[in-house]
Amino acid sequence: MLEDLFSVVKTRFNGGSDIKADERKKTDIPADLLFKCPRCGSVGFMEEFENNKKVCLVCNYHSRLTAEERILMTADRNSFREFDRDMVSKNPIDFPAYEEKQKKLRDETGLKDAIITGEALIRGFKTAIAVMDSRYMMASMGSVVGEKLTRAFEYALKNKLPVVVFAASGGARMQEGIVSLMQMAKTSGAVKRHSDAGLLYITVMTDPTTGGVTASFASLGDIIIAEPKVLIGFAGRRVIEGTIKQRLPDDFQSAEFMLENGFVDMIVERKKMRRTISHLFKLHNIEGDIQ
Amino acid sequence: MSRLTACECLDIIRNKNRPTVNDYIPMIFRDFHEMHGDRLFGDDRAIIGGVAGFGGIPVTVIAQVKGRDLEENKRTNFSMPHPEGYRKALRLAKQAEKFHRPVICLIDTPGAFCGVEAEKRGQGEAIAKNLYEFMSLKTPVISVVLGEGGSGGALALGVCDELAMLENALYSVISPRGFASILWKDATKEREACQMLKITAEDLVSLKVAEVIIEEPAGGAHNDPELAAEKISEYLFDAVKRKSQIPIDVLLEQRYTKFRKIGEFTEIPV
Repeated sequence: MLEDLFSVVKTRFNGGSDIKADERKKTDIPADLLFKCPRCGSVGFMEEFENNKKVCLVCNYHSRLTAEERILMTADRNSFREFDRDMVSKNPIDFPAYEEKQKKLRDETGLKDAIITGEALIRGFKTAIAVMDSRYMMASMGSVVGEKLTRAFEYALKNKLPVVVFAASGGARMQEGIVSLMQMAKTSGAVKRHSDAGLLYITVMTDPTTGGVTASFASLGDIIIAEPKVLIGFAGRRVIEGTIKQRLPDDFQSAEFMLENGFVDMIVERKKMRRTISHLFKLHNIEGDIQ
Repeated sequence: MSRLTACECLDIIRNKNRPTVNDYIPMIFRDFHEMHGDRLFGDDRAIIGGVAGFGGIPVTVIAQVKGRDLEENKRTNFSMPHPEGYRKALRLAKQAEKFHRPVICLIDTPGAFCGVEAEKRGQGEAIAKNLYEFMSLKTPVISVVLGEGGSGGALALGVCDELAMLENALYSVISPRGFASILWKDATKEREACQMLKITAEDLVSLKVAEVIIEEPAGGAHNDPELAAEKISEYLFDAVKRKSQIPIDVLLEQRYTKFRKIGEFTEIPV
């Protein structure tokens, strides 16, 4: 029953189980020229997809971005200043091959862990910002994600800044055992202190937001935004299907499902994200002006 | 006190005669009055809560209920709470805050329930809200893991001033079974997983997640439930007394710091 906090999203979007292997062969094309939507399976030109901010032109699925892409898309040009860029995790429970796995991922992605934090301007408004990157161990939360987020909230508290978090995660990082579970409490505590000072926290749930991240800081925003069609949930789909012994509808645990059930304030398209966040800042009397 | 391996502990906490909160509550507390419901949706029998006398003062008790037989397990959903269970827990914790009485949380769950209704009613949000609110609850909170401490479903009652573990209790980020099925795609390898995950009371004290280990009767609490209850009672009496003497703003600072310090990382520029 505890698979709930972990990488629960692989089968759903990575490769799309309903697309059969022989169909894949038929579309034997250079990967960098064409894009195939993991949600609807439609194929289009990569250039068009990228010009559309990596949103599927057919079904409007807002696909995963790297943290760097997200920051470039969200922050005013050259305004981003990174915090704690050298922080790397230790191996608190001596998990076999954890160091090696991390080293490999660092080389592949250029990231040090699954989150980048810092401060930036969004259309002229100064804010602390944290962006998770699902390429790094499905953006699971271990010591580094917990510590960097906590520091970002503490920095924002000290400097009276709002916080925007672009959440994406498979959940707690099981390779760090109980230490990763405690990051849920630690980050939630930091959010509470920031909130008690009357400061604004906006969560943006992106694909996928699940497990222990849904069950901590990602669900604690004053305002919770979701990107269209993304996966948001607590427990893994397969775990639930295993329990109830039947297939769940496709829109189960989607952003739209969460809105319907009252856990998301608004669904905002990527192309309107900067505008929406800056308007919300203005309406909360955040210092700065729309530029 | 001789320490057993995680696997041996697993066998002990799964012993069908291991005492549950329904055994412990009458032995530890006086005049327990159960309070039902979250005032929003319903009453989750996986979590029992109420007010009781303890060492001459009123306390609020919030506990996860393992069933002692199949009938009881059906009623308590094998101690896997739904969102309304966590919301009831928070409601009672807030009530305790209002009336300045300490909160005692007894943890014993394989995890929060994973199901369609739990998702619809916001399992993630319910747990998150408990972590958030308990962190600044203005009254002492003591949590004890009685048997299984399963993941976020346990942590939702585990943001506290002091965490104690029964000697054979386990507390884990993921059930050994779930871990084995993810890592090796084979849930039957839970015993191997058990050893890897560092989930015993001793492990948790060395990782600074738990502060205290409560000794169990030889062979496990089921061998002498009265003695086990007495040990828990002694610990709680001492913990409540110690934490109640601390001014509340100092206590809240210490609670924040307890969790703030957990995490292992380095910052070496490359």
